[in-house]
Amino acid sequence: MKPFQYLRPKTVAEAISMAADYPEAQYMAGGTNLVELMKRGIASPSKLIDINHLPLKKIEHRYDRLRIGALALNSDVAKHKSVLSRQPLLAQALLAGASGQLRNMATVGGNLLQRTRCSYFYDLALPCNKRKPGSGCGAEAGINRTHAIFFAGNGFGGNEKSSCIAVHPSDMCVALTALDTEVVINGTGGERRVLLKDFHRLSTLQPELDTNLQPGELVTAIEVTDNAFAQHSHYLKIRDRASYAFALVSVAAALQMDGGRIWDARMALGGVAHKPWRYWAIDLMLRGQAPSEKLFREVAEHEMQSAKATAQNAFKIKLTSNAIVAALKAATGIS
Amino acid sequence: MNRQSLDNPSDPSLSRVDGAVKVTGKATYSAEYAIPGLLHAVLVTSTIAKGSITAIDSHEAEAVPGVLAVISHVNAMTIPGWPPKKQPAERVPPGTAFRVFYDSLIYFDGQPVAMVVAATHEQAVHAASLVHVTYQQEPHRTHFEKNIAHSGIPLNVQRSKNSPFQDYERGDAAALRNADVRIEAEYTIPTQHHQPLEPHAIIAVWEADDKLTVYDKNQGVKSAQGQLAQAFKLPRENVQVVATYIGGAFGSGIRVWPHTMAAVMAAKQLKRPLKLVLGREQMFTSVGYRPYTKQKISIGAAKDGRLAGIVHEGTGQTSMYEEHLERTVLASRALYACPHVATRYRLLPLDVNTPTWMRGPGDATGMFALESAMDELAYALKTDPLELRLKNFAESDPERNLPWSAKALRECYELGAEKIGWKNRLPEPRSVKRNGMLLGYGMASSLYGFHRHPSKARAAMQADGSVIVQSATMDIGPGTGTAMTRIASKVLGVNAKKVRFDLGHSALPDAPGQNGSSTIPSVGSAVHVACEALKSKLVALAGEMPEGLKSGGQVVVRNGRIFSSQDDKEGISYADILKYHRLNELEVTEESKSGAERDQYSMYSFGCHFVEVEVNPLTGEVRVTRVVTCADVGAIINYKTARSQSIGGVVGGIGMALMEHSEMDHRFGRYVTTDFASYHIPVHADVPPIEVYYVDKPDVQANPIGSKGLGEIAIVGVAAAIANAVFHATGKRVRELPITPDKLI
Repeated sequence: MKPFQYLRPKTVAEAISMAADYPEAQYMAGGTNLVELMKRGIASPSKLIDINHLPLKKIEHRYDRLRIGALALNSDVAKHKSVLSRQPLLAQALLAGASGQLRNMATVGGNLLQRTRCSYFYDLALPCNKRKPGSGCGAEAGINRTHAIFFAGNGFGGNEKSSCIAVHPSDMCVALTALDTEVVINGTGGERRVLLKDFHRLSTLQPELDTNLQPGELVTAIEVTDNAFAQHSHYLKIRDRASYAFALVSVAAALQMDGGRIWDARMALGGVAHKPWRYWAIDLMLRGQAPSEKLFREVAEHEMQSAKATAQNAFKIKLTSNAIVAALKAATGIS
Repeated sequence: MNRQSLDNPSDPSLSRVDGAVKVTGKATYSAEYAIPGLLHAVLVTSTIAKGSITAIDSHEAEAVPGVLAVISHVNAMTIPGWPPKKQPAERVPPGTAFRVFYDSLIYFDGQPVAMVVAATHEQAVHAASLVHVTYQQEPHRTHFEKNIAHSGIPLNVQRSKNSPFQDYERGDAAALRNADVRIEAEYTIPTQHHQPLEPHAIIAVWEADDKLTVYDKNQGVKSAQGQLAQAFKLPRENVQVVATYIGGAFGSGIRVWPHTMAAVMAAKQLKRPLKLVLGREQMFTSVGYRPYTKQKISIGAAKDGRLAGIVHEGTGQTSMYEEHLERTVLASRALYACPHVATRYRLLPLDVNTPTWMRGPGDATGMFALESAMDELAYALKTDPLELRLKNFAESDPERNLPWSAKALRECYELGAEKIGWKNRLPEPRSVKRNGMLLGYGMASSLYGFHRHPSKARAAMQADGSVIVQSATMDIGPGTGTAMTRIASKVLGVNAKKVRFDLGHSALPDAPGQNGSSTIPSVGSAVHVACEALKSKLVALAGEMPEGLKSGGQVVVRNGRIFSSQDDKEGISYADILKYHRLNELEVTEESKSGAERDQYSMYSFGCHFVEVEVNPLTGEVRVTRVVTCADVGAIINYKTARSQSIGGVVGGIGMALMEHSEMDHRFGRYVTTDFASYHIPVHADVPPIEVYYVDKPDVQANPIGSKGLGEIAIVGVAAAIANAVFHATGKRVRELPITPDKLI
């Protein structure tokens, strides 16, 4: 680990001023990912700004929205009454992620910013356009069983010097993407808000950038507007072991139902793209329909038409399709 | 039929004698000794699989505050026991253990090329990232399948006519060709790593120029002592190896590895004590692994299920510099009564580090193939898989034509079948669902050869009536100290709390390393005979006392006292015997070893596993939902720790079957799954209730305690039982481990 300066601000303004003008500064919250990246020499901030003392832990419901402070712990969010009653999909996704110990340390803001688990990204001896722009994508013609199937790799606007088939590792972000979450960001210019769908980036051209966060900006909260999905939402995560594994594929399904029909639908997929993959057409395809396995299969296959496999992950196309069907069945309660 | 040994409430087995110190953090592991002036070392490893080092630029690293040295082949001391270096460097012939920092040649990716030594660990880690190594790269061969043409009969086997790995054939090959039903299939297991939670670590302390102490994670202090003494040309007694507590090993600590030599060498060179702890990613290329192995089995039977023949071929990978041989195909010769059996074993040298023994070495691999093939044959015959095994039950060893010393495998089968409810299993694959999941049952047999090595133990009665028993044996997890304490406590009739068992130190009486399920059979016997000898001495001394034992006949020992007979109410306490004779201590050291019985009997541990799985029909996820494991290992010494050992083996088998897979990017010859995020081992959620049953019938031929090894048979066969259950659940036969969702959807 490269020696660094350690700072511990007390206010958001202080934190932001510490980071200003230092592009190599990094904020640290739970540190569950960043510390590991530093130990491996993948992240080497000159200044480590420990933000754990900022007043950003609050979880509250006001007016029509749930606001979760960036430093709220994953474990606290997952068991919070307002989360469980209003956004159970988020609680399910959080509990599907990591381990109990990690959830006790990891924060919501940190979860938004966790980096991919692609093996090539983690090994300094191997090529990786995300870690070292221009060095090539090691995974594209390498070990890529767990890699992206949507909008991934050479041919999607990039070339071999800029392609990246890594996937975003978060479970939480998949649920939040389905739930049209807003991210509250503070910087030297004040506060701004970005929809989560626009927060993370696809890998095109600049895979080194996971998000549209500007240097020095700090995520302070997320907000989820009330919805009518609580009764019919389901987070399905498929992984190589029963717990403590990143998703091969995950599905966050949120439906509004009435009189045996679906009236509103949101879906996001995890483990399939460089960012949580929003299935935009799902609402159009399901609205007004009665749930059935046949319908769900059509819906699943529709989205998978645009998927493209690499050498080792063709199974993910079928697996994602099956996962969509299984998640919709669980959300609608049909067998 | 209910001969399983559950714990006996009137004589309960012991809890781990080291349990309290372990869970309270008081147990000192190899990296945890507080040695004044300790330096910290970090390895720099190669990033190419084959070639040579052309330059090592360590200027930047040396400039880091606290850094004392960057050691590499350029400046490393000459190890006295190694041959002189050649100029220019020459590749070693197969059969040469890798010599660290010896010359510029690279034999595998991850090979240590330099070591940074600094005052703190952090300084060493940082400086290690600043060592710049340049290589002359040569084309490498790491891909097993693409290089299979380079496999051959191991040189070791070519040189030794009596090698068990020689091609083997019995009976008439035509029997298999003409069999009514015949199955031929290939089975593959990928490279798998032991990955104990405690990484390998060593502290090397040169007490004097010719006197070395190492605190080293290993499975054999005596063998490490011998190897270090030889390498540094020291009298054996000048080297002490300490490994009191070990956080798992599974075979990774059987050998003295290059990093151990590197640490000892650097400590000598710098004249300071030094600590080296391997990083998790370094554990993938430093301490061996279960080798990638491809097997082919042809198996045939008559319509009535009697086996006609088995041909079992296996090829495992090894390094370019050493041959690692395993028992992969050997079980097929002994497990079933089969007239025609042929086995062939080959090695494929690749530009990788040398594999090593990993729990159930060879047999876990080979039995995956054999017991999968038996299952396939059963379906082809439309017969019950358990029926098929019983029909071909070997009443004596068909390989050696000897009677078994004992074999209660039939009881194991019956017990397992009863407990899992085998008779209710519907034979048709993919025919039963539970809560929307495909439900399947599978079983497999297990066996492992009996290993007993000469062992010594010292037993010493103390003036206060407590007992110290010592042997240079090890505990990598099974609870050696607990089992030995129980043996001593039983023989001497003293409360287990008054017994202390010392292990893991090379100054103690000779014992084998902990491997091959040999500890209880070997060291348990030594402890037994030492305590018996001590008891005899005590009885004789008691006889010399005025108020001594009245009868010269059979004595009874209990509660720290000797009684002349069951009717004797008084007896004499051990403490009084020592007091009368003015002794502070009364001690004996005894050796125990095999005799002629090894030529008269064939000795194995046997067992079987019955498994229930659920498979999600949409996602292909497999969950093992229940395991019944049964073992015949002769007498059970301590039920509680034995049960834990069986559970651990089954958990290892679940990992082997469903998730463990070290993946290499062959363009670079480099592993890419070098952390616990990508190299999956089972977590709690993967581990179902595991029911453990023992026949618990002493094998009186085997040794004085009638007990055989348990460590290996706990895992051998588990992967096959799971694969067989997955077939029963889904109708899909997976012959290439691990069984991940992609193979089932």
